[in-house]
Order: sequence, then structure tokens, then C-alpha cells
Amino acid sequence: MSAVVESIMGENAKPAGPAGNHPPAAVNSQAPVSPPAAIPARRARKRLASGGLFMRVAPPLLGLALLVLVWQIIALKTSSFPTPWVTLKEAGVMFADPFYRNSPNDQGIGWNVLASLQRVGMGFGLAALVGIPLGFAIGRVEFLARMFGPIISLLRPVSPLAWLPIGLLVFKSANPAAIWSIFICSIWPMIINTAVGVQRVPQDYMNVARVLNLSEWKVLTKILFPSVLPYMLTGVRLSIGTAWLVIVAAEMLTGGVGIGFWVWDEWNNLNVPHIIIAIVVIGVVGLVLEQLLVALAKAFTYEQVNN
Amino acid sequence: MDNINGKFIDIHGVEMLFHTKKGVFHALREINLTVAKGEFVTLIGHSGCGKSTLLNLIAGLLKPSEGVLLCANREIGGPAPERAVVFQNHSLLPWLTCYENIYLGVERVFGATENRTQLRDRTRAALALVGLSAAENKRPNEISGGMKQRVGIARALAMEPKVLLMDEPFGALDALTRAHLQDELLKIVAKTDSTVVMVTHDVDEAVLLSDRIVMMTNGPAATIGEVLEVKLARPRDRVVLAQDPEYGQYRTAVLEFLYRKQAHPAREAA
Repeated sequence: MSAVVESIMGENAKPAGPAGNHPPAAVNSQAPVSPPAAIPARRARKRLASGGLFMRVAPPLLGLALLVLVWQIIALKTSSFPTPWVTLKEAGVMFADPFYRNSPNDQGIGWNVLASLQRVGMGFGLAALVGIPLGFAIGRVEFLARMFGPIISLLRPVSPLAWLPIGLLVFKSANPAAIWSIFICSIWPMIINTAVGVQRVPQDYMNVARVLNLSEWKVLTKILFPSVLPYMLTGVRLSIGTAWLVIVAAEMLTGGVGIGFWVWDEWNNLNVPHIIIAIVVIGVVGLVLEQLLVALAKAFTYEQVNN
Repeated sequence: MDNINGKFIDIHGVEMLFHTKKGVFHALREINLTVAKGEFVTLIGHSGCGKSTLLNLIAGLLKPSEGVLLCANREIGGPAPERAVVFQNHSLLPWLTCYENIYLGVERVFGATENRTQLRDRTRAALALVGLSAAENKRPNEISGGMKQRVGIARALAMEPKVLLMDEPFGALDALTRAHLQDELLKIVAKTDSTVVMVTHDVDEAVLLSDRIVMMTNGPAATIGEVLEVKLARPRDRVVLAQDPEYGQYRTAVLEFLYRKQAHPAREAA
């Protein structure tokens, strides 16, 4: 999400650059350099620089304000919808004690989020354990690529929730079934991105490996793994995004403790402010997960070396 | 000079065909070439004449469609550290330091017979040979293009190869850096008595460095057009040679071949 926003902002900023630089060039072509004409250009550049902070802070705030305004209007028009203020007050009460435990079905939002994160972590971890090595194998051995290619193409578009009944059938319990759904939805991006990464290892590096006559283990640890790592982390990032989307839906179906079930429970209680708070919480957690992985990917991405 | 040393690399009747989606591409035909031990041979020709293909054949990265390549009387079956390659784009691994890049090759070649201290000394010696001892802990993206290429050369030399194969090693560098590295290469080759096969498209580079210049005809189905023996005395000094009439004659001979006998393929196509 933030990457999209940044890229949009970047595109807006770019046309401003050449426009700011253009006037002095035009002056130069007409007459010997005239200092007075150069000053406005410099000022324009300064205005752009100071506008940087403004551009970074003001639009997001305005967007947020607009959202709240629309929300307020909707709340005033419909009686069942809570106003932003009511929701905020409710959130204050809720976050004052996020880790209470009254009964298995009545726990604080903190416990619910942690329960969901735990499921995501389990399913996701298992998917990484299976998917990454499988991706390496598929990328390295063409026979395996041809063997698994059609299966992956067939199964990848299937909604992970369609796998939930299979999970319930096999594991005979809700929790493993939810983890199973997470596993299924996380595994595809990891297999595919790892395999693509392995296939895109620059031929130069592979030639180095061949000339140095490196063992398969050295090829894996010194060339393939570092080279594939950025692709792999992209896969991991896509996976965790999907996993976090799926867990909410899966928990609505399986019940128990978890943010998805909590949303459904609050709907049954007709507690709309809680639903709205849950939506925001789900969004924030998803954003944090994504940002963590972006930071991780940045730390492990090696600059491609050019001359 | 006995037979083995005279024909250290022996290329006999090599044909190279590439099977592409558009059909069969005949890259090289009837390549016959011998390289003596300690000789410096350059391959020169217009782009697309298959000189890099020929180098890759010697390296063992490609297999000939027909014919035989021998190195020290043994058939070249695949790539091996005894025929070290310096790649055009240096091909250093960006996640390893200069030291580690060189160590990777050293460890592979000498790891079975030598201890860690010896391996470390070899790596350090190779870095010192190209004058980069100070940069051993830097990663490739922290050093200049010329330095990267020097690390590439050090990596190749550290394996004590029988043959050094260089694919336009200085092609991507600016003129001054290139001249500097050519001089260094001359010194290193004189010191180590290496056998070198180098691909280039630079006439001056070819005349300055080579014992023999192998000039290739234009592709497709390129072959060796002429072989020019460069009998300039060593050590060679580029500044002195610039005024040497003999140097000028060699230069003219190569230019004559490239621009008269083998006009540029792009111009023919236009």
C-alpha cells in the first residue's frame, strides 16, 4: 500500500523538477547570464524543498479528515451506524484493558489478535518450510518444474477457504483447519517467487560457479541463496499479506478465539463500534507485518553490481 | 619448444551450431588454432563474429558441435579452474567481499591439499599482485569499475590456471583506466609467465599485448581470417611504441583486415 502511495507521489514530484530547472536554461540561450533571472529559479527550488514536508504531511491528514467526515455524514443519516466520536470513546475503553479474560468466548482484543497471529505464524512457517525448498528444487531442476507446474497453476487460483472443509475433515478440529488454510494460501507465492528467483540468477554467476567448479553445496550457499533471497522475501511478503487476509475469513467460519471470530461475534451482538475498531486493528496489524518484511527485504537485498 | 608446449591449446576442425527457435545458426566453421605455452593470443573481429563463442569453447562453457579442443593434450570436456576466465562484466559476487570472492576459487583449487593459512596467503598474494590489498574487505559495489576488473583478474590468477581466458576484460572501462590495466596485465603476465587467450575489439590493445593476433571473419559461419604475429620486443611501453613504425605497421595490418577485407556487418545490412 505505502509503496503505491510513494510511487504516485514520486510521479507527481518528478514533473516539478524539470519545470523548476527550465527557466535558467532558457535565459542562458537568450543572453549572457543575468543574475536577477536566476534568483527566481533558485527560489522556486527552495519552495519545492520546503513543500516536501508539506506534501508529506498535509495530504494524508486531509485524506483522513475526509474519511472521518464521510463517516460522520453516514452516521448522522443512519441510526444504527456509530459516529466517529462514539467509536473513539469505545476504543478508549477497549484498549484500556486489551488482555482481559472473562470466558473462552469473551476475551480482550489483544488475546484475539495474538491468537490470530499465532495461527498465521504456524501456517505461514510451515508453508515457508515446505515452499522455499520446493521452490529451489523447481527452479533448479527443469523436470520438477514441468512436473509441478500444472498442479500449481491449477490449485493457485482456488480460494484458500475452499480448502477449509478438507482441513476439518482431515484434522477433525477447527484450529488445525484454520492453520491449514493459511498454509495453503501462503505456500504458492513462496514456491513461485523462489523458483523464479532461482531461474533468474544471472548466467554470469552460474558461469563463475562452473569455471570455479564449485560443489553443489557451495553453489547453493554462496551463489543461489544470496541471489534468490530478494525474490524469496517478496514471496514471503505476498504470503503474509494473503495469510492475514485469509485468517479473518477462516476464523469467522471456525470460531474460537481470534480477530476474525471476534468480528463475527460482535456482529451477532450488533456491536458496530467494535466491528469498526476491529477493522482498523486488522489494517494496522497487516500494515506492520508488511513494513517489517519490507525492512527485512531491504536489509538483505544486494545491489546489483554494474561497472 | 617441444610438441606439447608448442600446441598447449590445440583447436582442431571446430564447428559451432546453435539450435535456436528460428532454426540452426552456424556460428563458427573450420576453426583450427594452436596456442603455445606462455603465448599471449588475442581474438579480434567485429561484434557477432563468434570470438566470445570461441573463448567459451576453450573455457568449456560451450561444447563444439564438431571437432576437438585439447588443452595440454587432454580434451576439454567442461569448465575447469585450470582454464580460468576473466569475464567482461567481472562477475564478482556482490554479497562477498573482494577477499571472499577470490578465496572462493582458491579454496576450491587448493582446499584439499593446503591448510587455511596457506589459502589465506594465496588470496592475499593475489590481491597484492593487482595492487588491491587495501580493498580486501570491500564489497564490489564499493569499488570502481577498474578495481572490480582487477579483482576479477586476481580471482582468475589466484587459481594458478594453465590458461587465462579473458573476454573483453577492459571493454567496459574508460580509456585511461583501460590503458593502466593493460600495462598492469603486461607486467603480471611477464611475472607469472601465463598463457593468455583474450577477446578484444580494440586494435591498439591487441597489438600492444599480443604475441599473435587472430583475426576473425564476419559471421554467420565465421572463421579465422588471418593470423598476425607481433614481433615487438618485450617489455613493451605504450608511449615508446606510439612512435614506432613497426607498431604502426601491425596496427595498419589489423585495421586493413577489419575495415577493408571485412567491412562492418552493420553497414552491409543497412
